[in-house]
Amino acid sequence: MRPFREALTSLVRHPVLAVLSVTSIGLSLFVVGLFGLTAHNIASALSNVEEKVEIVAYLSDEIGEARVRLTRSEIGSFPEVLSVRYVSKTEALYNASRELTEFSDVFPDLDVNPLPASLEIRLRAGHRGPEAVSAVASRISAYDFVEDVRFGRDWVNRIHTLRRIAGGAAVILGGSFALVAMLLVGTTVRMSIHARSSEIAIMENVGATAGFIQRPFLVEGLMTGLLGGILALALTYGAYRLLDRAVLEVLWMPDGWTLAGILTGGLLGMLAAGRSVRRELRSLYAI
Amino acid sequence: MIRFRDVTKHYPRSGTALGEVSFHVRKGEFVFLTGPSGAGKTTVLRLVHMEIAPTKGDVMVSRFSSSRIRRREIPQLRRRVGFVFQDFRLLERFTAEENVAFVLQVTGASRSEIKPKVHRLLDHVGLAPRATAYPNELSGGERQRVAIARALATDPLVLLADEPTGNLDERASIGVFELVRRVNGLGTAVIFATHDATLLRRYQDVRVLELERGRLVYDSGTDAAVRPPLRRAPGAPIFELLDEKAAASRAGEGAGPTA
Repeated sequence: MRPFREALTSLVRHPVLAVLSVTSIGLSLFVVGLFGLTAHNIASALSNVEEKVEIVAYLSDEIGEARVRLTRSEIGSFPEVLSVRYVSKTEALYNASRELTEFSDVFPDLDVNPLPASLEIRLRAGHRGPEAVSAVASRISAYDFVEDVRFGRDWVNRIHTLRRIAGGAAVILGGSFALVAMLLVGTTVRMSIHARSSEIAIMENVGATAGFIQRPFLVEGLMTGLLGGILALALTYGAYRLLDRAVLEVLWMPDGWTLAGILTGGLLGMLAAGRSVRRELRSLYAI
Repeated sequence: MIRFRDVTKHYPRSGTALGEVSFHVRKGEFVFLTGPSGAGKTTVLRLVHMEIAPTKGDVMVSRFSSSRIRRREIPQLRRRVGFVFQDFRLLERFTAEENVAFVLQVTGASRSEIKPKVHRLLDHVGLAPRATAYPNELSGGERQRVAIARALATDPLVLLADEPTGNLDERASIGVFELVRRVNGLGTAVIFATHDATLLRRYQDVRVLELERGRLVYDSGTDAAVRPPLRRAPGAPIFELLDEKAAASRAGEGAGPTA
């Protein structure tokens, strides 16, 4: 209980410093929060797009129906494959006439259906990366009655590059801001240590344990970080509401992320405080 | 209880502060540590308090040896060694009783035992009526009494006093000295660093360790014959006052000076 009381007293005793420190860590984490919001929305958009990634295998006209059924179940049993749908020549023609309305007059007049039958293969989540898609596609193209395989290789690659850039930027920006926040909390804790140097000297003089002396400062860092995290959450939520109402439909982050954000604030605060404590109180009980 | 064995303390910048000093202070003993400024008195006290380690030799305090003590054991040692400074070092934002209570809080005393103990300590040093005064409302002598009460809060085996009367006028000095004598009478050993010749002259029964340029040049406990005993200057008013105090103290506690 005492470390919390002491930490609170210390924060209340230097209100300007405390507000400055909480605000700065709050603003830093707010930037991280905004980025998290963006990253989450990008990720969710990407996964929507990715779900549509499919491989289309065009079949030769000579293949019999029994063979198609067998192949379908063979491909369906690949571990990467979610579903296999057979599109017959007739269905392909019907789809084409419906989608390409400008040619709708042409299709009924055709004597021979020029469109091939095909298998539309969708992959399971986790197997939609460029390598997995290529691997499955090449296995399918090995069937002699498969005339062509299409899977939009470039498109798959581009989606993944985008996601990697988003992830990298999150790490770099988040890391830089976290570093700034830590420096600020560290400075605040250092100032608290200096403000209490005469008390610390007396504690050391009469035999308070090192842990007893250090703990309130660690708790101060933790509290500053947690308060900063909560402030950042409030600011991020405000920004989300504003964006959602005024600009475009935005998804809110998962609860796990917000909790992790606040805890990260606390952890950063405590780490920063620990660094200051180690530096400032290095000589504690050293002879 | 406190044993210095060939203790040398060398500072990289200022050179040798203490050279091959050996002495032994027994449990409950009262010792004057004297010598001119810079002779090494404070160095001896800081070695006992284990704020610094000897360059050579060994300092033994109770069961703790300077050459073997671990960092985490030092708090335990400090609780057995009270320290009083010339400049009091009280926390200005705390009252007298809060200053004493602070020590008990930080050394883990329970809340229920703190209040009565603070009261007893302040009563013991004669400051119970001034318990709620802040340091800046107290005289120098009163502040030093609070500092003594604080140093006694952990029931130390030894009290180290570094020129505790250095900032006080004669009357206050005598009061503080008498108080320390009473503390000693209750069983706490005392190492009283001072270069106040009047105190030394007045209390010739007290063992004297004299340092000069870092060397122990005189120990009345072992070689009192090395130089003639100090004589009190007759008729000085300070001594009459001291005698009165001593008599009162003897009558009250049976533990006053025997001069």
